[in-house]
Amino acid sequence: MSATTAAEARPNAMAGAVKDAAITALVALGLFIPIVGLRTDVSPSGTLMLRQRWGDVAILVGIAFAGRLAMLAWRAFRGEAKPASAARTEAIRKAGKSVAPVLLALAVVLPFIPGTGRYELDLGILVLTYVMLGWGLNIVVGLAGLLDLGYVAFYAVGAYSYALLATTFGLSFWVCLPLAGILAAFWGILLGFPVLRLRGDYLAIVTLAFGEIIRVVLINWASLTGGPNGITGIPRPSFFGLTFSAGGGPGSFADFFGIEPSPTHRVVFLYYLILALALLTNWISIRLRRQPLGRAWEALREDEIACRALGINVTTTKLTAFALGAMFAGFAGSFFATRQGFISPESFTFIESAIILAIVVLGGMGSQIGIALAALVMIGGFEVFRDLDEWRMLVFGGAMVLIMVVRPRGLVGHRTPSVALREKRSIGAEHVAEGHG
Amino acid sequence: MAYALQQLINGISLGMIYGLIAVGYTMVYGIIGMINFAHGDIFMVGAFIALISVVMLVSGGIMDGPAAILIVLLASMAVTALYGWTVERVAYRPLRGSFRLAPLISAIGMSIVLQNYVQVAQGARVKPIEPLLPGGVTVLHVDSFVVQFSYMQMLIIAVTLAVLAVFTWLVTRTPLGRAMRACEQDRKMASLLGIDTDRTISLTFVIGAALAAVAGTMYLLRYGVIDFYIGFLAGVKAFTAAVLGGIGSLPGAVLGGLLIGLIETFWSAYFSVQYKDVAAFSILAIVLIFMPTGLLGRAEVEKV
Repeated sequence: MSATTAAEARPNAMAGAVKDAAITALVALGLFIPIVGLRTDVSPSGTLMLRQRWGDVAILVGIAFAGRLAMLAWRAFRGEAKPASAARTEAIRKAGKSVAPVLLALAVVLPFIPGTGRYELDLGILVLTYVMLGWGLNIVVGLAGLLDLGYVAFYAVGAYSYALLATTFGLSFWVCLPLAGILAAFWGILLGFPVLRLRGDYLAIVTLAFGEIIRVVLINWASLTGGPNGITGIPRPSFFGLTFSAGGGPGSFADFFGIEPSPTHRVVFLYYLILALALLTNWISIRLRRQPLGRAWEALREDEIACRALGINVTTTKLTAFALGAMFAGFAGSFFATRQGFISPESFTFIESAIILAIVVLGGMGSQIGIALAALVMIGGFEVFRDLDEWRMLVFGGAMVLIMVVRPRGLVGHRTPSVALREKRSIGAEHVAEGHG
Repeated sequence: MAYALQQLINGISLGMIYGLIAVGYTMVYGIIGMINFAHGDIFMVGAFIALISVVMLVSGGIMDGPAAILIVLLASMAVTALYGWTVERVAYRPLRGSFRLAPLISAIGMSIVLQNYVQVAQGARVKPIEPLLPGGVTVLHVDSFVVQFSYMQMLIIAVTLAVLAVFTWLVTRTPLGRAMRACEQDRKMASLLGIDTDRTISLTFVIGAALAAVAGTMYLLRYGVIDFYIGFLAGVKAFTAAVLGGIGSLPGAVLGGLLIGLIETFWSAYFSVQYKDVAAFSILAIVLIFMPTGLLGRAEVEKV
């Protein structure tokens, strides 16, 4: 009985799927005809002319049709999605326990793995910078639940602080690093004060506006920041006073240790520097989570009214989250400046804030290892697609949408509570609030 | 005085464009409570569709003048509305009922996609067009300073007012508008009372995109040059306008748009052009500090 109905239902389902895909193709046709099919080009006479590209439209519409059909087939084949069971969450958590040490070990030995060249190390530095920024922003967004869309402003403050202090006063990197962090934290508090009363999306837009203000000021205050040209000739860091000059010579790193001078030394040094900074960020945020301050952040994220009722000072709690998050961005910024040797406002656009926030959310807000994985996937993936040129950002944005649609709770969708009675059990991320701030 | 009058005219016509975009933000925010980050890029897509239609009609020698503008406007509205619908269907609907940040990230991703899609498909170079409606009326003639009210500015103001009138009628007098307002108040209750909430939300995106297309067309005709990146700044400004007016409030969006347009124009005229964005954003921050729900927004009642 049921077998026959299933057999009867199949052609209907097939026809329905084809019809659905045909509608998708029709929509795609409407979307692509003007923008893809008719390209505007500036003709030699200076006016615009149209170039027709119907072949491309046909290909795209075909892809839309096939893609929709494949998606429907996949859905029918897979059946209803099952909610994650407690056992599965537990199994993933156990697996996750071994992932972190393995990743850390890999990160530590990376420079010594045979076949690791300049390119791999540079990529490692880039990924670690974003891991650090992600962990820093996580304090604000993941722990305290305050949505900050202008995080890159603090990154910029850190970078410019170091660049200006180093080029103007000739201070060394190791003196400037804490200074840059403190200055960025100061800016965090300065921004934090007026926006404390704002909640949710109002906070988001003001932080975004703040990020834009900083960038516009950096572009236009040319006498201080060099304007759009930025600052060049930022000094490189030294290893306890030993420089990394390519030719060796007295006082250089290679000379002191009696090894062959090589430009790789500096890259390896920078790699370990950012690794140490990132781990410091991680360590501090993990430790803080267990202290009253970190608990107050998480309580604030879960329920602000209850926090007030219990006598938690919401103002200082929010300000410390802002200040600490900003401080780590400041550290990362001064590292960025010393690594590049050159900075300009170009590097501190809104898209950077968006990428860092995406890393935090894709990582599964509040999960340290998740953020590291997300940074690896996003930034590493972005580099893998280097050959795609102008298509790269398109793929990047598409991946952001896709990951969110498939895994709205991020890559690591479970938490271990910071505080627990008797035994700590991991819980699904659905049970973690995200804050209203 | 004459100079100020000229700035007033410029500011209002710019503010109208911001207001039209801001309405799209505020509508979506009112109904599903998310910042539709891709809305600025929908505006950019609208400007590009208008550009392509202009090139097709005018440079092709098919049509000219006001009739061409009408066709361009309608074409841009239709196709952009389709884009708005698709964006909602692909990137937001699967995340309905998910947690708050997921659609935000998805929207940022969609904004990156739209920007780079247009860049890949249409090229990164700026696209200039010839003015379709040159000339204007001299309003005032003081000494050597002439206050010009161009036909294009008149058109922007007239079209915006007409579109907003239709839109107000749609929201306040039609079943669709009633459904939209019901969804805004309580989506679950609305669906229990037989309102197709998914369809209502889709239509909200369609209407918002059509309004953004009007803004995009006006922007193209007024300034004559566009590129794939105009959506970001216009989007941020319009969102600022929506927040300034009190997000969720439709008259507030238009008021906020006008204010942002005026602030920006007057600041550029009397202080410095470079810092006009700083001025707009600073005003936003100041207003929000003293009126945390914007100018016309309702205070959120917190229930425990």
